[in-house]
Amino acid sequence: MNPELLIKNGRVIDPANGIDKKCDVLVVDGRIAEIGSIEGPLASSAEKTIDAAGKLVTPGLIDIHVHFREPGDEEEETIASGSTAAVAAGFTSVVCMPNTNPAIENETDVEYIHRKGRKTRKTHVYTMGSITKKREGVELAEMGLMTEAGAVGFTDDGRGVQDPAVMLRALKYASMFDVVVAQHCQDDGFAGEGVMNAGYYSTILGLPGIDALAEDAMLWRDIQLVKKFPPQRIRYHAQHISTAGSVELIRAAKSESLPISCEVTPHHLLLTEECCAEYDTNYKVNPPLRGAKDIEALKQAVAEGLIDALVTDHAPHLQSEKELEFLAAPFGIASLECALALYVKALIEPGVLDWPGLIGLMTAKPAKIINIDKGTLSKGAQADITIIDPDAEYRVDVNKFRSKSRNCPYHGWTLKAKVEKTIVQGEIRFSAGD
Amino acid sequence: MKIILDSGQIEQILNDLAERIISQIPPEFDIATIGIRSRGEVLAQRLSSLLSKKLGKEVPCGTLDITLYRDDLNLPQGAAQPQVRTTEIGFDVDDKIIILVDDVLYTGRSARAAMDALIDLGRPRAIKLAVLVDRVGRELPIQADFAGYKSDADPGRLVQVSLVESDGKDEVVIE
Amino acid sequence: MALKRKIKQFKWHRKHLLGLRELSAEEITFILDTAEGFEQISTRSVKKAPPLRGKVVVNLFFEDSTRTRNSFALAASRLSADIIEFTEKSSSVSKGETLLDTARNLEAMGIDIVVIRHGAGGAAKLLSRSINACVVNAGDGYCEHPTQGLLDVYTIRKIKGTLEGLKIAIVGDIAHSRVARSDMWAMTKLGAEVIFVGPPTLMPTQASRLPVSVCYSLDEIIEKVDVINMLRIQFERLGGNPFPSIREYSHYFGLTVERMKRAKSDIMVMHPGPINRGLEMESEVADGQNSVILEQVTNGLAVRMAVLFLVNQAAAQKA
Repeated sequence: MNPELLIKNGRVIDPANGIDKKCDVLVVDGRIAEIGSIEGPLASSAEKTIDAAGKLVTPGLIDIHVHFREPGDEEEETIASGSTAAVAAGFTSVVCMPNTNPAIENETDVEYIHRKGRKTRKTHVYTMGSITKKREGVELAEMGLMTEAGAVGFTDDGRGVQDPAVMLRALKYASMFDVVVAQHCQDDGFAGEGVMNAGYYSTILGLPGIDALAEDAMLWRDIQLVKKFPPQRIRYHAQHISTAGSVELIRAAKSESLPISCEVTPHHLLLTEECCAEYDTNYKVNPPLRGAKDIEALKQAVAEGLIDALVTDHAPHLQSEKELEFLAAPFGIASLECALALYVKALIEPGVLDWPGLIGLMTAKPAKIINIDKGTLSKGAQADITIIDPDAEYRVDVNKFRSKSRNCPYHGWTLKAKVEKTIVQGEIRFSAGD
Repeated sequence: MKIILDSGQIEQILNDLAERIISQIPPEFDIATIGIRSRGEVLAQRLSSLLSKKLGKEVPCGTLDITLYRDDLNLPQGAAQPQVRTTEIGFDVDDKIIILVDDVLYTGRSARAAMDALIDLGRPRAIKLAVLVDRVGRELPIQADFAGYKSDADPGRLVQVSLVESDGKDEVVIE
Repeated sequence: MALKRKIKQFKWHRKHLLGLRELSAEEITFILDTAEGFEQISTRSVKKAPPLRGKVVVNLFFEDSTRTRNSFALAASRLSADIIEFTEKSSSVSKGETLLDTARNLEAMGIDIVVIRHGAGGAAKLLSRSINACVVNAGDGYCEHPTQGLLDVYTIRKIKGTLEGLKIAIVGDIAHSRVARSDMWAMTKLGAEVIFVGPPTLMPTQASRLPVSVCYSLDEIIEKVDVINMLRIQFERLGGNPFPSIREYSHYFGLTVERMKRAKSDIMVMHPGPINRGLEMESEVADGQNSVILEQVTNGLAVRMAVLFLVNQAAAQKA
């Protein structure tokens, strides 16, 4: 059979295999057939050839933290609109969070998400399931059956599991299935009715604050649980960490080789609580935007390799909801479509990471957290490939988003690095300019 | 710029205005002067001391701020935004003959506003208008009862009154 | 006879009064100077002047308030405006029409000034961004209550002549107090030294970054201050259990006759009202010779007239 696709002359970056060189990639039958210099009859027989000179050719990007709102809030986003946005942003795999309405808490729910994803035929769509029924933090959800149906992890994201006994039970039980338990670290007792970081700005704006301790305390607690009750194959993942305190805890935990991973979002790397000063609800997000010191600590953590994944926490909301008072508006930032360029601004431009480092945190490493066989350009791997123009500048325009929502504080920003093509299973699913 | 009144002439006019007021208002009535901010305030004070001296009794004096009664409040004002200041009238206006004092009578709009403001303070027996300069250009049916210098300066020219208390010198010029 | 204090020529350009944090000392002083011109309207036989004739003021209140609402209503009517009272018990926090929908509806009726009281910090600012009418903040969450701050400094200036160099204590639930915040901005901008007094559980986060000092003992500062503003304990806003009992709170932070004996003889005692007698202060203090609580109410009227007048003026300039 003839090769279907040949990508010529790109800078191929495949961190899992330590590859960073100018070469070609050949795709046959939806899989990576060859990486190297591909000439002669093999090259000329390819059905389609892409000239990637000056571009980066990377494994398809993976975002293990998105909210596509389906089922329940389809007016905000659907799996179709979300994955269309994702593929345009270079993502070939996404993981939906289970805080839908109703929550994802049994295998039927999981299968529903998968079916919708397949139907849209844009990215691979995965989902996590809820840790507890209705995300109430009381009774465990059917983690085993959901895992069998293909759930790639469990979380009550949107809130943390408050009761330490329930969390311990969840960790122990999940370890039977070698699946990750992810936590939105926030102690509701500390967080109270908070809507932004507790600090100078919450004081002068007269808004209830969420103290950094709310995150640190729960992360500390969970680390103790992982440490003191180490069943086999336990895996714990701290979602969207936002504080310098969390970084310290992760650093200590990793130095003890605990089975703990964590992720960070672009907004916690780029924006501070000061952004809320005009009550713009596009900056209302949970965990809240923190201070400059926290950003420094997070960047330091990225540089040290303490962070395992870059995620968007893409959280679409209707304009009419974000138009409410800061106190009443929902939490969340829709950033999927400019994510890559945001990481470039946050991490590559200041020299925290180089390109292979960044791509690693968006491909192989997140794939490992959720234990999927993706995120590399290894021979025989599914041909999920992203082609990036690293120097292209563009202005973020929310009105051009493919996502249904516009709650994005980066509107009007000028950013660098654009996705040229997104290839899923050897099929070009997105081409810039289409 | 042309000086139309110097300090001697201003003194003369005020003296003359005081004489005319005394001659026209029967002695059994109580008189008070009320000046329109800001230069009318100064003139009213001078007039009240002249009248007090000539009548041998205290003629009270007050200051009226007419800003809230202006008819152009809801129009764009340019740089000269009206500023509200205090009205200071420490006596009862009821049944008095009020000599309303202003520096220049021109369109008549300030005098109209002043009368409305005064009437909100009580019911004077009568309101008489005394002005230092009476120039042509009336836009409302209002005239001075006691006018000093009569000016036919063209509309659009500025008649500027300076007084020692507020401006450091006594002088009236046409600019 | 010389002319009285000369008012500096000043151009007021704000069509909204949202808070005092964003105002300069000059702007605050200008409002106070302007308010002096409005004071006598309330004392004469015809208690009305015409500057807002034909204008419509909406009192849009999402929280219970009798005093502030009445004060604004009276201020507006003394300036000859028409007033619409719009009381909405439930804000958009519960289901129903959103704040912006409500405001746009009102605006479609041709209103000129919205006076808004709302439980959410920033509600007035949100409104000002979304409608053309002037917006006056009558209290948003625990962010600001600018006219209260203005009437407080107006009252102090009237009695003490200036705020420059005065030591002012604000006592009580600072964390949840919009009055404390507006007072702080206005008083410090005009040169006073402000001390927040209360239990640590009622102090705002990072108070150290505010232009005030913080003291946890009323006894420690009672002898030193020129003005003391006793905040109302608002039970509906107290989350959790910041002090064990009312009895214990009064014991440490109540202004008692005993404490007053140690205060300066000319100390000004203020309260934004309504007073919880026996809690924040004893009745003898509230009704005593140092109390200016009723003057505050009277001055509030003049200040609110001045504010309504000025925002309308600014709107006219922009028309």
